[in-house]
Amino acid sequence: MSGVPVLCVENLSKQYGDLKVLKNISFKVKKGDKMVFIGPSGTGKSTLLRCINQLTKPDAGNVYLNGEEIVHSGHKINEYRQKMGMVFQNFNLFDHLTAVRNVELALLKVKKMDKAEARKKAMFELERVGMADRADYYPAQLSGGQAQRVSIARALAMDPEIMLFDEPTSALDPELKREVMEVMRKLAEQGMTCIVVTHEMKFATSFASEIFLMEKGEVIEHGVPADIPTSPDFKRMREFMGAYTEE
Amino acid sequence: MADGSVVGEAVTEALSGFIRTDPDFWLNVLLPAVGQGLLVTLLLILCVAPLGILIGILVAICRVYAPKPFSFLAKLYVIFFRGCPLLVLLFILYFGLPSIGILLEGFTAAVIGFVLCNSAYNSEYIRGALQSIKSGQMIAARSLGMTKKQAILHIIIPQAMRRAIPGVSNEFIYLIKYTSLAYFVTVVEMTMAAKMIAMHYLAFIEAFGLVALFYLALVSLATFGTNKLEKKLAIPGLTAVKVKDPPFRLKKGTKEPRKIK
Repeated sequence: MSGVPVLCVENLSKQYGDLKVLKNISFKVKKGDKMVFIGPSGTGKSTLLRCINQLTKPDAGNVYLNGEEIVHSGHKINEYRQKMGMVFQNFNLFDHLTAVRNVELALLKVKKMDKAEARKKAMFELERVGMADRADYYPAQLSGGQAQRVSIARALAMDPEIMLFDEPTSALDPELKREVMEVMRKLAEQGMTCIVVTHEMKFATSFASEIFLMEKGEVIEHGVPADIPTSPDFKRMREFMGAYTEE
Repeated sequence: MADGSVVGEAVTEALSGFIRTDPDFWLNVLLPAVGQGLLVTLLLILCVAPLGILIGILVAICRVYAPKPFSFLAKLYVIFFRGCPLLVLLFILYFGLPSIGILLEGFTAAVIGFVLCNSAYNSEYIRGALQSIKSGQMIAARSLGMTKKQAILHIIIPQAMRRAIPGVSNEFIYLIKYTSLAYFVTVVEMTMAAKMIAMHYLAFIEAFGLVALFYLALVSLATFGTNKLEKKLAIPGLTAVKVKDPPFRLKKGTKEPRKIK
């Protein structure tokens, strides 16, 4: 893996009224990295992802994609966003379009591909997440796991350099979680750079190349998952994970 | 006063118990005249409805998505044209504008008045529909690199318009009926045509009865059409409309979903 950072986050801060949601978050993501953010609900993990692709404007700090500053990039942000695929907790598939149309729409309208080419690419991506046989289904006819896989295919179709997963399995039952996590693992094996926000502790530790614990808008502990059981740097992380695994 | 009531009685007496049945009157007088009027009514509807929907969409988008000054202007538009009685609006356009040098033909004045009123009402139905689309749809579209305009055009509008169909078709049915107000600005549409025959031949029940049937037919046709449209555009699995076809397309003669090449 090369050492060039794909994404560089510097002192990112965000505030809603008096509530500081993000406080000076900084980290670097190299190609092929799998950064996993865990932490209690309402600590700014999702806001962090949204501040990275500028769906939410950060109040301060910078984000660099391949060395290019994107917070103040104006209209060019639409180009940068294509390189940062995003997957949402609630899938957010376009309800009025079939699975394959969901995947190909941005190819047609944003990448301006011709129809045949876009359809081919869309079917390739659906195949990749094991959803080719449901290409003609509407989102409301898919199970949660299937819908999430389609939404992953939709993001992949733009050929992103990095994937942002915002609690991709939180709305799913355990069995459906597994099918989505399998797809994510497969992507990771293929070398996709990922930033994941999740509440799945087992998945987090086995998937991450680096794991971050966030609390009240700050990263309070981070490091390699292998160190969690023993390292003194991971005291709070062990506590937090323990609370989850006890259930 | 006494004279008036005597005449009134005489007319009532003359008219009572008498409905014209002679084919010559029906086929050569009433039907051609009302038919001519029907064409004008249809032309009015045809000119107004598309513009009413289009402007309704634009005004609604302005109200929901445009920056402050534009959304405020759109709001004023709705307040004014929804608040002003249609007949008064037509009178202003037809009788009032000439005093500031703008002379409109009756038909033009009617079309403009109807479009203003129709679009103001439509915009409210469409605004409601726009606001009912979950914010995640816009966020997902933007995350793929779509501009706000693209997202509104390709993601929000197609979904919102489906939800607006019942309201907008309601307004369309009103439109069919209030085209008769064009009568007051000298347009010889169906009601005016019938009234002229009715006065001339003292055939009120015949003329207006026929016109009522024609309006009923138009409204029934519109109801049928919009119901069909609503079913055709229903999103499988999402919209609670009975759809004849299976919720997804199947391979012919099997229960397998159709493969896409």
